[in-house]
Amino acid sequence: MSKSYGIIAEFDTPADVMAAARAVRKAGFKHWDVHTPFPVHGMDEAMGLKNSNVGWFTFIGGVTGYTSGMLMIWFQNAVDYRIVVGGKPLFSPLFAFPVSYELTILFASFATIFGMLFLNRLPCLHHPLLKNQRFAQVTHDKFYIVIETTDRQYSETETRKLLESAGSKHIEQVEE
Amino acid sequence: MASVVESKWATKGSTPKGLERQPLVLNQRSLGWISDRVASIVEGPTPKWWWPAFLISASLAGMMFAMIGYLVATGVGVWGLNQPAGWAWDITNFVFWIGIGHAGTLISAILFLLRQRWRTSINRAAEAMTLFAVACAGIFPLVHVGRIWLAPIWLAPLPNSMGIWPQFRSPLLWDVFAVSTYGTVSLLFWYVGLVPDLATMRDRATSKFRKFAYGLFALGWTGSNRHWSNYEKAYLLLAGLSTPLVLSVHSIVSFDFAVSQVPGWHTTIFPPYFVAGAIFSGFGMVLTLLIPLRTLCKLEDLITVRHVELMGKVVLATGSIVGYAYGMEFFIAWYGGNPNELYAFKNRAFGPYWWAYWSMISCNVICPQLFWFKKIRTNLVAVFIISIFVNIGMWFERFVIIVISLHRDYLPSSWGYFSPTYVDILTFVGSFGLFCTLFLLFMRFLPMIAIAEVKGVTPQADPHHPLGGAKGGHH
Repeated sequence: MSKSYGIIAEFDTPADVMAAARAVRKAGFKHWDVHTPFPVHGMDEAMGLKNSNVGWFTFIGGVTGYTSGMLMIWFQNAVDYRIVVGGKPLFSPLFAFPVSYELTILFASFATIFGMLFLNRLPCLHHPLLKNQRFAQVTHDKFYIVIETTDRQYSETETRKLLESAGSKHIEQVEE
Repeated sequence: MASVVESKWATKGSTPKGLERQPLVLNQRSLGWISDRVASIVEGPTPKWWWPAFLISASLAGMMFAMIGYLVATGVGVWGLNQPAGWAWDITNFVFWIGIGHAGTLISAILFLLRQRWRTSINRAAEAMTLFAVACAGIFPLVHVGRIWLAPIWLAPLPNSMGIWPQFRSPLLWDVFAVSTYGTVSLLFWYVGLVPDLATMRDRATSKFRKFAYGLFALGWTGSNRHWSNYEKAYLLLAGLSTPLVLSVHSIVSFDFAVSQVPGWHTTIFPPYFVAGAIFSGFGMVLTLLIPLRTLCKLEDLITVRHVELMGKVVLATGSIVGYAYGMEFFIAWYGGNPNELYAFKNRAFGPYWWAYWSMISCNVICPQLFWFKKIRTNLVAVFIISIFVNIGMWFERFVIIVISLHRDYLPSSWGYFSPTYVDILTFVGSFGLFCTLFLLFMRFLPMIAIAEVKGVTPQADPHHPLGGAKGGHH
């Protein structure tokens, strides 16, 4: 017999799933999530999520990009092979700025995306939810609450009751 | 039930009558309808018009590569450029294509930061257009160096065979970094936006191969709100990064000219003037592409006449900025008191290339002024025709700036007249083939409208709206 991954409850509207999310949060669950076809405005607050940390990755990426641009140009044109061109200085932050500016954006963009993927633990091509037929509607027009069996509060009967009372019309177990 | 609640909302809402927000998706389409409609373009049978369009485009693209092969095998002498016009159609085409890309980033990033929710129906296609335009743009500087197999070494910050590094005081090198960053970041931004929709395509897929292919690129997206939270922050940050990027790209492209000493190029007005022109030309191309596509792909409820009208307003605004820049250039040429500069501008309007200058003025300055009239902005045929004139005018603008400035500079003994050869012409025509080929492939294999984003701007997506399931009118 395969182990159970968790329980999913289906909802038809964003308001219903948001009300249910508030109830699940109030009940004190930790290992749970809301799955929606598009980001639902106000859901972070309903779930009690903190502001995302992606910005730190962006910031570090940007600083790295700017510094590497300046250092690269200084090393190449003013240290390793010095050539005077048009009587201009060997190094100046002014002519090095456009390239460093572009590298700031380039590095920050990569850091943002990889930071986001890292925080989301993606790519994750094998996931119990992806194998569930019913759950495939999450990218169409249905809304789901998923509570994992690893949550301390989880109980097969009580958790189901909670989701039923929150208004879900379809609840099922998801296999690992 | 839903319609009863809807009518209640409409009458009891706090917005005064006549000032209600216009819906972005017409005919109160459901969330599921949006994914069905957009995905059916990819999943349905190939439309009849697609194959002829694809074959013509692909043949033109093939012709371009044949011309490039001839160029590489023979030398840049197969083009019409020579002293004094060492840059001609190659760089004109480069600036033309890179400018077109700017509308995609403006729509995806700047309109996002400005919370213009109407952008959601057009941003995916416009961003794809950006990528393909940048690809077309990249070809020209790459092949104009002659020995293109060495180009990667010349462009990258690597020492040449003498151990000498690239020269970072040159704006041409800044341009390499600007354009390659722009291409890369546009691709990343576009891909991040695609991830939730690829998951939709994966979940709808009926064949194993489709499920695998879309699933691989969807990265295992499950619409988790913990994921959406990081995703939306990343999207916002990318929009914030793309905005200064897109403004810098055409500024730096303009430095290629403005930093030099050539009369007609050496002006401080170039960066903002180039950026406005880029957005102007890009919106022209977005309109040229989307007006026929919305009918061919039955997307009238998603890309509405209002979308077209709003884009027309952007064309009007940027076209007027461009017109102002043309006037200001002339004024400064006279007011600056530099005889060479003044000559360069007189030569533009009344010299041997007068026809190019006046084509530019009529297409870019006069034509978009028609958009002051709502009747014209909302007439799709008129908008389509004007958008084509905008494309033509903006190509002429770059030709005017590049060729007319170069063909007569300081030394009258080395003046000349540039004429294109057939290789010039066929390479440029072929680049449209490449652009259309890529766009046709895109619309058949990827959702050309951002499904998740469009769902997000419907009333059903708002948990505080009765259609989104909110109980009672107030809260």
